Amino acid sequence: MGSLQLKSVRKSFGPVDVLKGIDLDVKDGEFVIFVGPSGCGKSTLLRIIAGLEDATSGSITIDDQEVATVPPAKRGIAMVFQSYALYPHLNVKDNMGLGLKQAGTPKDEIDRRVAKASAMLSLEKYLTRRPAELSGGQRQRVAIGRAIVREPKLFLFDEPLSNLDAALRVNTRLEIARLHRELKATMIYVTHDQVEAMTLADKIVVLDAGVIQQVGSPMELYNRPANLFVAGFIGSPGMNFIDAGRLGVSDAKTIGVRPEHVALSRDAGTWQGKVVHVEHLGADTIVYLESEAIGTLTVRLFGEHHHAVGDVVFATPSADQTHRFDAVGQAIR
Amino acid sequence: MSKARASLSRTTLVHLALIGYTLIAVFPVFLTLINSMKSRNAIFRNPMQLPTTETFDLVGYTTVLGQGDFASYFQNSFIVTVAAIALVLLFGAMAAFALSEYRFRGNTLMGLYLALGIMIPIRLGTVAILQGMVATGLVNTLTALILVYTAQGIPLAVFILSEFMRTVSDDLKNAGRIDGLSEYAIFFRLVLPLVRPAMATVAVFTMIPIWNDLWFPLILAPSEATKTVTLGSQLFIGQFVTNWNAVLAALSLAILPVLVLYLVFSRQLIRGITSGAVK
Repeated sequence: MGSLQLKSVRKSFGPVDVLKGIDLDVKDGEFVIFVGPSGCGKSTLLRIIAGLEDATSGSITIDDQEVATVPPAKRGIAMVFQSYALYPHLNVKDNMGLGLKQAGTPKDEIDRRVAKASAMLSLEKYLTRRPAELSGGQRQRVAIGRAIVREPKLFLFDEPLSNLDAALRVNTRLEIARLHRELKATMIYVTHDQVEAMTLADKIVVLDAGVIQQVGSPMELYNRPANLFVAGFIGSPGMNFIDAGRLGVSDAKTIGVRPEHVALSRDAGTWQGKVVHVEHLGADTIVYLESEAIGTLTVRLFGEHHHAVGDVVFATPSADQTHRFDAVGQAIR
Repeated sequence: MSKARASLSRTTLVHLALIGYTLIAVFPVFLTLINSMKSRNAIFRNPMQLPTTETFDLVGYTTVLGQGDFASYFQNSFIVTVAAIALVLLFGAMAAFALSEYRFRGNTLMGLYLALGIMIPIRLGTVAILQGMVATGLVNTLTALILVYTAQGIPLAVFILSEFMRTVSDDLKNAGRIDGLSEYAIFFRLVLPLVRPAMATVAVFTMIPIWNDLWFPLILAPSEATKTVTLGSQLFIGQFVTNWNAVLAALSLAILPVLVLYLVFSRQLIRGITSGAVK
């Protein structure tokens, strides 16, 4: 109950092509995350799946049923919005039950589902409050509860954590992961935060400029990025890109090395460089090097390390963890 | 950086200015009220004087309530004003919702067209309106006035309300769509409550000119059965003799209903329930 197929979905606003042919297959029970920089079309794609926006061309099927002409309420979806979008004049219980009421669900069934969802989200105490009397985190939980009570085929999340502060964001993230385990529902989630994507997803869809760059599990994207964009987008700090010509490598255009895959030594190594900046994060130390041979290099060391600005050090990339890219930016494997 | 609390002298100056303005604005009303309770001689001899035991006289009110059919005039004014406000708000809000919510060809042009009425006074079309009313047999009916006032009020209503409706969160409307609310339900149950302060503003702006209008009642509905208060008061203004007691009393009475309507709407102006909807 909850598979989704997209076939060459396109969307244009006037002369601007926002989505340039999206093909995607989401299996029942998967947690799929659309990630990409702002303006890449990820929210538009979600709104097209929800039926809030019409695709210019292409087909969308939910559970093998073509939904292009089906209104949002009849698609069997539920959506959680960034701004919560609670009905200000209704209390928590009515906010959650409105969709069912509109669908003509019997009252005791609505009560049962609202009770179940509010227990799941520990909202029982707030059922008679209005949204104005709730904190940001509680509001977002109500918004999630409103989605749960509908028992949809597809859950759609549109950057649900963006309005929460950092601590609350982590808690709510865990909560969403727990809900996914408990409900075993298909979830599609849009975010620009790669940490959310890496931690929650079964499958990540990286979008840029209206095109899917790569689809894969978080570790696939991390270990085997398909192109320069994905390689640079996934991972923090971002991957180091070195012009292959400077290294004397002839069968590639660019060589990529993740900062955590570079070893640092004071005595000997592949590249000599000068420390220009150091960031101490406790668990990690990030060192920025300026090297004559290869330009700027970011190195991520685990634990505490003491390097002063101006020190001369040697960096050595781990040999089997470098990535090679051709002239158009595709990975060479 | 300016201080959070203004200095005493600045506060005093601001309040002096505000009090001064209030006095200027309220003075004519005050003058009307006190003189309506004085005898005819006292009105002319000492117009500024408060009614004393000697000059106190309710002859104006007895004339008004006894002579003309004032209850019916009041009723007419009330029906016309309330009906016109209701129609202006309903159709203005609907047009504003369509303009702000839906993307369609000619959206901007349509908005400009609807706003054009703000710049062109409706009285320029009086002759054509009168011909139309005669042709449709609506002369000397309240319907004629209601229709004209609705047309007069809609441009401003569309202009103000469409700006306000743009500020209503898209997510909220989309949440309603996903929950299966029809576009009408979204309009009436989600958007209208959120733009209530703007609706009240429009209602007040629409109400005052309608209540005070003499022009259209005089031209379109001068019959005894359809006279409005403003037109009814003209009964006491003659070419040579004017019954000032009665005129002032009629005007004083005419303030009351409009004051009540204003109080009703201004409560809405202050109250807002948007907080907590988004963010």
